[in-house]
Amino acid sequence: MVRAVDGVNFTVEKGVPLGLVGESGSGKTVTALSALRVVPRPGKFAGGKIIFDGEDLLTKKESEMRKYRGRRIGYVSQDPNSSLDPLFTVGTQLSEVVQAHEKVPKERASERVLELLQRVRISEPEARMRAYPHELSGGMRQRIAIARALAGEPDLLIADEPTTNLDVTIQAQVLDLLKDLQRELGMTLILITHDMGIVAEMTQKVVVLYAGRVAEVASTRETFATPKHPYTSALLKAVPRVDRKKELVPIGGNIPNLITPPSGCRFHPRCRFMQEICVAKEPALDAIGGGRQVSCHRWKEITLEGTSS
Amino acid sequence: MTWTTDQPLVKVVDLVKHFPVYEKGVFMKKKVGEVHAVDGITFSIARGETLGLVGESGCGKTTVGKVVLDLLPKDSGSVLFEGKDVHETLETGTSTGKKDMRRNMQMVFQNPYGSLDPRMTVFDIISEAFIIHKHVPKHEWKSRAYALLKLVGLEEYHAERYPHEFSGGQRQRISIARALATDPKFIVADEPVSSLDVSIRAQILDLLEDLQRKEGISFLYISHDLSSVRQVSQHVAVMYLGMLMEYASADVIFTKPLNPYTIALLSAVPIPDPENKVNRIVLAGDVPSPINPPSGCRFNPRCPYAQQLCRDKVPEYREIEPGHFVACHFAEQFK
Repeated sequence: MVRAVDGVNFTVEKGVPLGLVGESGSGKTVTALSALRVVPRPGKFAGGKIIFDGEDLLTKKESEMRKYRGRRIGYVSQDPNSSLDPLFTVGTQLSEVVQAHEKVPKERASERVLELLQRVRISEPEARMRAYPHELSGGMRQRIAIARALAGEPDLLIADEPTTNLDVTIQAQVLDLLKDLQRELGMTLILITHDMGIVAEMTQKVVVLYAGRVAEVASTRETFATPKHPYTSALLKAVPRVDRKKELVPIGGNIPNLITPPSGCRFHPRCRFMQEICVAKEPALDAIGGGRQVSCHRWKEITLEGTSS
Repeated sequence: MTWTTDQPLVKVVDLVKHFPVYEKGVFMKKKVGEVHAVDGITFSIARGETLGLVGESGCGKTTVGKVVLDLLPKDSGSVLFEGKDVHETLETGTSTGKKDMRRNMQMVFQNPYGSLDPRMTVFDIISEAFIIHKHVPKHEWKSRAYALLKLVGLEEYHAERYPHEFSGGQRQRISIARALATDPKFIVADEPVSSLDVSIRAQILDLLEDLQRKEGISFLYISHDLSSVRQVSQHVAVMYLGMLMEYASADVIFTKPLNPYTIALLSAVPIPDPENKVNRIVLAGDVPSPINPPSGCRFNPRCPYAQQLCRDKVPEYREIEPGHFVACHFAEQFK
């Protein structure tokens, strides 16, 4: 059995963009899909709660859940190529979503689609409505996917690696759009990414995941300036930056396999501060004051470097 | 003219590669256009240096890598390796000349899941080079293969395993070991880290830097990731829609770029530091299709400084300062 997400705890405050950071297999996507209760089979919840606006989503009936999906919580996936249907035009696909959210006549639905396309700043929106996904560029398809997520006017938008497949100049456009949309619509953003640069730029709070567990939760500034978990610090030292050349310190070893995760702290085989207790005992996610949480036995005794070094 | 070691190891002059686009007709296919993948680019790589080739998807950077190695035939222009024309040597040279050239020029591919034969053990993958090039006596195969595995950070016992038993980062190490097995002087590394996880990327970048510094191997490092290019390259060439926009030492490109495209590209990269406030230049629109590239300067439809001249005339790729080449009519203004 793969424990893809194991005892993950964090809160998202309204209006505070949150970054879920982690590498492949860290459980960031599964965590996000859980909020919508659309974890793919045979995955199931072995426990826990997901409280949204005071209500536990895991106890809701499927019919009640539909009121949340799209309407309260929107989702943009990583790959707009597979999330858009190649057989229907952009207009048809979007108006289907609009009509699923509210009972409106067809014409009103197309007006609404046009508004959505303008909202995500698609040029020549009338023409694009008649286009099929393959006729659009990757950046434009991702905008369409964002427009679709906005159709239900969600309070929370979960964007799962929304720019990973895009070129840097297009990525800049999409990130800009996501910033503006939060401001214009008062929407809260959860951004899932492995790119520390995007986290630094887009979020105010960060949850660092490693092998299905939370390593650290802190404000974005603190995460970068004074990381408390050895993994966070190691990650910061392993990413190159474009504005200056620095010495890269690679993290040795590999990402663990979740079928047989390492005992104790899951990062211990790669951690340079590892001691016996780290192998023997799983660290709890401790609140360490200032809204910060860290899951490390030794966070008090070790000094870690952040980005400034 | 004989080649001497102070001359560039690899010299690319006016390289052109177009791909025909066909439309299916009733009886035959009809050529309807051409993808201008590489449209007259010139650069050189010195011995023991890494040239970073950056650009967005579809700009032709991978095609450059393949044409340089003659894995794809060029349309015109020339690629010289140690002063010898690569294409000519491989087409009409002696068989030792051909093998020698192939042995000295190797490639590391982007996707380590597709570039290793799943039915060969790591030892077979590496020693295939010894079988073909016969540059290592048979009794040394094992020790050489083990030494290569060590060099790329793997263990001896890995030699008997198959590719599926390895993670992505380890597979990329195997493909680097395979490229090194021929004792090459030059390696084309096409996006070698882009399919790897962040914590693994640094391991591979470190390895490439070591190979360049300690073994003196020259690299053409092709990537869209500017941060990693800065990390490993001494010189950087920026490509857009089949043409070079700028070429200079890495320090100059990253601190004093003179082409508006380079400037915008650099400003678009998010910096992993929340205290860093960037003045981002967000370019409008998408990269145009290389089938019908824009007239004049290819960047003009997206360039915030474009003027009539930019639409009318292709800017000359000129040396604006010693060792700093720029293709922009107004490059002086960005100093």
